[in-house]
Amino acid sequence: MASKSSHQWWITLLGWLVACLLFFPIFWMFITSFKTEVAAVATPPKLFFQPTLENYVAIQARASYFNFAWNSIVISLGATILSLLLAIPAAYAMSFFPTKRTKGTLLWMLSTKMLPSVGVLVPIYILARELGLLDTRIGLIIIYTLINLPIVVWMIYSFFKEVPKEILEADRMDGASTWQELRHVLLPLAMPGIASTALLSIILSWNEAFWSLNLATFNAAPLTAFIASFSSPQGLFWAKLSAASTLAIAPILIFGWVSQRQLVRGLTFGAVK
Amino acid sequence: MTSVATRPQQPPAAEQKRSRQKIPARLLVAPSIIVLVLWMVVPLAMALWFAFQRYNLLLPDNREFVGFANFTYILTDPALWVSIGITLILVVSVLLITIGLGTALAVLFNQDFAGRGVARVLAISPFFVMPTVSALIWKNMLMHPVNGLFAQITRGLGLGAIDWFADFPLIAIIIIVSWQWLPFALLILLTAIQSLDTDQMEAARMDGANSVALFRFVVLPHLSRAIAVVAMIETIFFLAIFAEIFVTTGGGPGLATTNLAYYIYLKALLEFDVGGASAGSLIAVVLANIVAIFLMRSVARNLDT
Repeated sequence: MASKSSHQWWITLLGWLVACLLFFPIFWMFITSFKTEVAAVATPPKLFFQPTLENYVAIQARASYFNFAWNSIVISLGATILSLLLAIPAAYAMSFFPTKRTKGTLLWMLSTKMLPSVGVLVPIYILARELGLLDTRIGLIIIYTLINLPIVVWMIYSFFKEVPKEILEADRMDGASTWQELRHVLLPLAMPGIASTALLSIILSWNEAFWSLNLATFNAAPLTAFIASFSSPQGLFWAKLSAASTLAIAPILIFGWVSQRQLVRGLTFGAVK
Repeated sequence: MTSVATRPQQPPAAEQKRSRQKIPARLLVAPSIIVLVLWMVVPLAMALWFAFQRYNLLLPDNREFVGFANFTYILTDPALWVSIGITLILVVSVLLITIGLGTALAVLFNQDFAGRGVARVLAISPFFVMPTVSALIWKNMLMHPVNGLFAQITRGLGLGAIDWFADFPLIAIIIIVSWQWLPFALLILLTAIQSLDTDQMEAARMDGANSVALFRFVVLPHLSRAIAVVAMIETIFFLAIFAEIFVTTGGGPGLATTNLAYYIYLKALLEFDVGGASAGSLIAVVLANIVAIFLMRSVARNLDT
């Protein structure tokens, strides 16, 4: 690798330049969240200023903020738990007892992802209205579970495939039942994989902004919808918008950083590892 | 990743049938299949049913079967064709930008340089920002014609300010979506590059291949499948871009940023025209399916059960 060192410095420079450019909007939002509203729209823009926490205080003071944040948490966790409950048994069966139809089933599950949300907007809207699920958390949980289920099955399937079958064989010889096998042998072994699958599901649910904007108006509206409500009084509340946005993206950004490797596998359905 | 190496060698003995487990295995898969069948079939059947009716949510009593009238109405609506055109422009331009730059950046971040890990984390961050947040940051703090950073910089240079969403609304949307998805392309392509066999690279270099030839004849062929997968997945998402338009332009000015998804939304939830919106959504489904067929093929090739 020594041959590379001659042009090392400009690669370092270029790499950092690109990284900073891509990250800049997030950085700018972050520092704006510590400005006063007046400083946020100042000409010329201020890079150095007296930081204030007043925007965060103001955001927390709006009681509704907690409703939106709580909705985001409940909906993403709810959808993630529900899809794991459905996916783990399915992935277990498909990876350890494959039949001729397993491959077809997996591909078919994936194909349900190809249905564009907008194609079923009207029926889902009407169904949700008829069932009283419009603007409810449970309605969004059901939809996010269904949207993410193929990816979750697919990811867990690929993690289960990496568990050596001999371990399960040995355990089965000892007379373990299917449930014991799953509970005491497989789940502990595949835990890192399941955790990263859960993270991906949380990230996708947290950031989902088609159904949340169309099906939730207030009671069940998550942070995506809350942030969208800032689009009308533009120019007036940049600092508060920045503070709210920072709070809304911070947990997911950290989850994303932690699990970037596994995300590739999940997002490409295992086609790129 | 090591998994690539361990994958192919499944002991053939493990493939033998275990009749004892067969029935429970099928039962374990059933719940997932049933809910997904419902999720696919019920709404599509409803859309098909509505598409042949005059059905406005504001006039629910006026509901009647009208044959292909909705399709004739939708297909002769100039706005539909404008929106399909805008959808295609959006999809193709963002694909070219994210994959072109993404490949270049993947090569860059594959080089060993000081602080590469941190730089890579910063570079992929935009992908994790929720669409409504990124649209609003760009709309207000960067592209705003008076107080936005871009306007301030260009005005400072004596160039005057660009009113992005009035004069170049579609380009503004393309920039925002590209910023969100370039990290995705980078992340996937970088992972693919890192699985490249270094021995092969060294061998090619020994044979006197320069960097350009190395990229053209070793790296690019290796990346071709990953690029195809990125293109297909992005296409599925780009066909349904919604939040970015909803938050910034509302489809305007005029129809300048109304893509097919937004057109259907306007029909369905603003005009309450269920019949027309359903006919439009079936068109969207057909468009997406054409893409999906190609994606499924490239994934299927890689699936070893």
